[in-house]
Amino acid sequence: MSLHILKTPISREEIQKIKLKDTVYITGTIVTARDQAHRRALSYFREGKELPFKLEERALFHCGPVVKKNDAKWQVIAAGPTTSKRMDIFEEEFLKNSKTRVIIGKGGMGRKTTEAMAKYGAIYCAFTGGAAALGAKAIKDVKGVKWLDLGIPEAVWILEVKDFGPLIVAIDTHKNNLFIDIEKEVEMKKQKILAKLQG
Amino acid sequence: MEQVDLVENVAFNLINQAVVYLPEDVKKALKRAYDEETSKIGKRQLKIILDNIALAEKEKVPLCQDTGIAKFYIRAGAQVKKLDEIEREILRAMQRATRDIPLRPNAVNPFTQKNSGDNTGRFTPSFDWEIVPGDNLELTVMIKGGGSENFGAIGMLSPSQGILGIKKFVIDTVVKAGAQPCPPTILGVAIGGGTEIATKLAKKALLRPLDKPNSDPSIAKLEKEIFEVTNMTGIGPMGMGGKTTILGVHIDYAHRHPATFPVAVALNCWAARRATAKIGTEGKVEYLNHNLF
Repeated sequence: MSLHILKTPISREEIQKIKLKDTVYITGTIVTARDQAHRRALSYFREGKELPFKLEERALFHCGPVVKKNDAKWQVIAAGPTTSKRMDIFEEEFLKNSKTRVIIGKGGMGRKTTEAMAKYGAIYCAFTGGAAALGAKAIKDVKGVKWLDLGIPEAVWILEVKDFGPLIVAIDTHKNNLFIDIEKEVEMKKQKILAKLQG
Repeated sequence: MEQVDLVENVAFNLINQAVVYLPEDVKKALKRAYDEETSKIGKRQLKIILDNIALAEKEKVPLCQDTGIAKFYIRAGAQVKKLDEIEREILRAMQRATRDIPLRPNAVNPFTQKNSGDNTGRFTPSFDWEIVPGDNLELTVMIKGGGSENFGAIGMLSPSQGILGIKKFVIDTVVKAGAQPCPPTILGVAIGGGTEIATKLAKKALLRPLDKPNSDPSIAKLEKEIFEVTNMTGIGPMGMGGKTTILGVHIDYAHRHPATFPVAVALNCWAARRATAKIGTEGKVEYLNHNLF
């Protein structure tokens, strides 16, 4: 369980060295996207349009932040992760086209995304759900916001971060998936509990 | 000055307290969980949670970015005047809180997908009214995020499934939710009453402090049993494994129709945000679970 301080842009070689349960901190650019931004990004890919933000070798953050506008400048007040499972249906196509290197979220992602991460060289990092004050403290600047017509939570926020974390690697590039491992153990424990209750 | 004239300010303060400071009973339960957790990753998640709570308090910012959709529980004395103006005052507080704290605007029209921008809209925030004897006006706000709300469940069991059926349904609900409602969670469980009563009581049960078991000993025993079995699942803090999955179980019930046996489960994330105040006559305001103002 080693520690990695990743600076964007992050190379494929660097990401492949990282293992399940390692701790990661990120410095550089992270970009938020949740359900609606993923849907729009996919339609851009299908139409061959270029995204108005760059994710190549950078990090995607499943997050809808609390923000405040001081004069013309946006400031992030609170920014923890949202549930990543909702984005499972988009992520294979998203990774393929955006070349994102790290996805930050909570609650884990499924097999299809795990396969895509091995194929395209990306990892999934779990950030503690609700840790929004800690998240905001690591955000040094709002570089920009795109697709604000989707509303504040669903817009794409381009953030400059320093030592964003701690993040726990929950999917690595070798098809290991921490949440799926835990789910299997939980299912076995559940069967035992139910058998005991039946008497 | 009449009680209703104080409602906007009190409601604003309640929202502010709730999103920045967790109630003491929740903090205490999280600290105990941290002390007792044996999984290395699980313990680390709890440490990050405690650090985040402390940082939010220090910087006076919302501890979670999902500032939810607010629900207001109003216990109004029958002698309180201008009851018809209370909801309007709370709506104003909601809009001001969204702008000034600030909160994340979370009220989305389900057909147009348009975000209203100020956390108000049709049935948003929502209100639960109780008219009680006397002249006090008690307001409680519950701030609940989408992550935990997504895993609420209602089961229409067969009456013959009984208490064992209730336990199985709760375990299934907790396992199905897994990592996603931000465990360790708090469970509100309600039995009987039909679908709408059960779901309403289950959510309302989340308001009870964690150090207060049900006043009926037989129900308190069931709360303890469900607490123990759900914590044996090993889901752990943030679903990354460990012995802390549930911080507490609160059960409520209504009588049931002979043919039905509804069981509703409401989950609250570890960031169980609530705040209560009592507005007395002559402008006396008492904040009941936070001593900040």
